[in-house]
Amino acid sequence: MAHYLALALRAIFIDNLVLSFFLGMCTFLAISKQVKTAVGLGAAVVVILTITMPVNNLILNHLLKPGALAWAGQPGLDLTFLGLLIYIGVIAAVVQILEMVLDRFVPALYTSLGIYLPLLTVNCAILGATLFMVERDYNFGESVAYGFGAGGGFFLAVVTLAGIREKLEYADPPKGLRGLGVTFIAAGLMALAFMGVAGIKF
Amino acid sequence: MAETGTELLFRAILHRNPIALLVLGICSALAVTGRMSTALVMAVCLTLVTACSSLFISLLRDWIPNTVRIGIQITIIATLVILVDQILKAFFYDLAKQLSIYVGLIITNCIVMGRAEGFAMSNPPLKAFVDGIGNGLGYGFILLTVAFWRELLGNGTLFGHQVLPLAVRGGWYEANGLMLLPASAFFIIALIIWLLRTIYPAQQEKE
Repeated sequence: MAHYLALALRAIFIDNLVLSFFLGMCTFLAISKQVKTAVGLGAAVVVILTITMPVNNLILNHLLKPGALAWAGQPGLDLTFLGLLIYIGVIAAVVQILEMVLDRFVPALYTSLGIYLPLLTVNCAILGATLFMVERDYNFGESVAYGFGAGGGFFLAVVTLAGIREKLEYADPPKGLRGLGVTFIAAGLMALAFMGVAGIKF
Repeated sequence: MAETGTELLFRAILHRNPIALLVLGICSALAVTGRMSTALVMAVCLTLVTACSSLFISLLRDWIPNTVRIGIQITIIATLVILVDQILKAFFYDLAKQLSIYVGLIITNCIVMGRAEGFAMSNPPLKAFVDGIGNGLGYGFILLTVAFWRELLGNGTLFGHQVLPLAVRGGWYEANGLMLLPASAFFIIALIIWLLRTIYPAQQEKE
């Protein structure tokens, strides 16, 4: 259990997807204008990552890996090259299913998340986390922990940046820097701040 | 929109840069810019994928049903990315290892999707192809500029060759460790945006 907890905490603070791997930047910069929308989007990312990671992990280990299809009488088959196509398909499908389930059973949450959900299919944080899972060869339990941690890291980063940007509204930067430029600098300073926890070992 | 081929090719570099103006495809732009060589490979890969996916999507645009177009676009893009990924792994294994997951992430790079959805779906194949190359060049331009400063100031090297002799090896240049950290890419891009928006005031954001 401690191992899984450490993995999740690492993914939130040290290997933060947004601030140290630059994944999901587009959404990160586009949706961080207000804290309220940032919270909604962050929550959606946590949910989707926690679901897609284990699903992709199962597919990788039981369908794609060399020899994984032995149960179907194809022990020599190696389908890992199809990975990219399948992961993005799974992500798109999970996003779509989640949208329908929320719409049917939790309409309140659906209306608050609704507009961001479809966008998340093409969020590199989701696909990126899956690819990290493949590269680091996580097992099923680890993939659940990592998925949750990676989503939590995104949540933390996007909500914090939104808080900073709300305050930046009152600042008066040079004309050319206004908006995007100054947001980049704020994100850079946040990344530096996150480096401060990098030395901590869980 | 009566643009000539050259206009289509070059407008994306400064006037309508996908990264600096449209804020697309930043993820990989920041991550692979620690070294010139990785940035160059990434830029070439992305240019190829954008150009080819625009070409194929444009060829198929009359047959793609509107309701499932995103799915079809993603499938075409993902297939092309798998090709690029396999070629890199087969012939440039070291570079493929360094680029790690970022080649796979070209799939979700918003520039590719953006050009497919915004240009290739409504323009003939040749124009779409040129537009794809142009946007790849615009992306590569920013990538190489960022990588140039990060590698030069952080290591004193360019493409791995020592340009500024480092103080630790008896030279005069004190390497700037900050430039090697991911955060420096944020600052350099912010400066590029500042520069572009000062030259082209039309790009500045309204109050």
